[in-house]
Amino acid sequence: MKDLSLFAGCLIPNRYPGIEKATGLVLDRLGIKCFELKEAACCPAPGVYRSFDKITWLTLASRNLVLAEEKGTDILTICNGCFSSLMDANNILKNDAVLRNEVNAHLKKIGKEYRGTIEVRHIMEFLHTDIGVKKLSDAIEKPLEIRTAVHYGCHLLKPTKERKLGSAECPVFFDELVEATGAKSVPYEGKTSCCGAGGGVRSAMLETSFKMTEYKLDRIVRAEVDCIIDSCPFCHLQYDAGQVELKKSGKNFDIPVLHFSQLLGLALGYTPEDVGLHLNEIINPGFFGKIAEIQKRNAPGR
Amino acid sequence: MGIISLKSLNISFPIFNPMKNTEILTCFQCGTCHASCPSGKYTSLNVRKIVRDSVRKDISDQPELWMCTTCYNCQERCPRGIKVTDFVLTLRSEAVKKGKILPAHRKVCNFLIKTGQSIPIDDKHRDIRKKLGLRIDEAARKKALKDVKKLLISTGFGELIKK
Repeated sequence: MKDLSLFAGCLIPNRYPGIEKATGLVLDRLGIKCFELKEAACCPAPGVYRSFDKITWLTLASRNLVLAEEKGTDILTICNGCFSSLMDANNILKNDAVLRNEVNAHLKKIGKEYRGTIEVRHIMEFLHTDIGVKKLSDAIEKPLEIRTAVHYGCHLLKPTKERKLGSAECPVFFDELVEATGAKSVPYEGKTSCCGAGGGVRSAMLETSFKMTEYKLDRIVRAEVDCIIDSCPFCHLQYDAGQVELKKSGKNFDIPVLHFSQLLGLALGYTPEDVGLHLNEIINPGFFGKIAEIQKRNAPGR
Repeated sequence: MGIISLKSLNISFPIFNPMKNTEILTCFQCGTCHASCPSGKYTSLNVRKIVRDSVRKDISDQPELWMCTTCYNCQERCPRGIKVTDFVLTLRSEAVKKGKILPAHRKVCNFLIKTGQSIPIDDKHRDIRKKLGLRIDEAARKKALKDVKKLLISTGFGELIKK
């Protein structure tokens, strides 16, 4: 296995930096060497740019891929959008010589060349495949006895022919990782349904996107969970900031939203502030209290 | 009898030439795509109809093209194995070539052109990063932006979204 370069994207560093902090803490604790891909730019986001112009989308994605190729590392993403753009672009360019030549003609103008020597990973499948549920479970110091609603996010799983992570109708690997932290993954109606944000819908048709979000939040609340666990900052934004918007029309959900890195951070003994949960829009004091109580009760050496 | 214009006959050229992707012609209009669509539950988006109409007429003005969240349910479940979501993306590109761009999307594109990122940093989050002990490598971001600008000129992206 190659070393990894962390591709943080736009949304995490610039809107939810707590997720970046949490990811750094957990990777470090698990002894996973990962360097920041400093000169990276937008992945670019699949919703708008892939819709607009395939060559532009491929060219900008290939520049990010080349940065990792030059370092000899694979890319680790912590966002389903970045994963989707970079993995799809990588697969297309590896297999289509015509497009590869076209993209390389553009890259030549900045002195770069795409070779197709690396792989694009997502932290969820990386943890499941390369670290494993057993090893992760062994590393947990404070099993989190909470009930969670897992949201995979569309682009982590689909298109399944590209992702090769198993079924998109009834996936299990994310749930297994969540349960390794001691938390329970509670089944709920519409679990694999979209959060509503993707495809440029959130940016251009906010109200429409919230109709899908409201459906999800309603079913999640009915499952009587303590929080939502996602693996994508765009889904994260949609659920977290979306609740603030929905509150304006009298719909109160008040359910905390965590990226898996943040959940894992808590299970490794970091506080909610360490993993940046206080930076969410939705702050649920009851949830913070519950975590503090569990962490106290499950302190090592008790 | 006067001259009959194409417009008066309500004939328009299809947005998509099916000869470029004959797979789409194998669609038998079963509706699995629409039944699987999370957006179609709440909006006027009907993917089955989009596939049918796209090879018959110009649908680049239809707002429904932009209601798809690209969740890929339709593509996963299509019994014909048609890459439905990818096809919607192709239709969008054809619409963009005709200058059909929603204002919010144009704004996001301009962020990319100006900053190299779709969601640029603001003062509030610059401050939060500092408090978390996360730094921003300004020199690296500058280098990235310089490259992105060159590439976007090379691919003609700026011209495309000016339309």
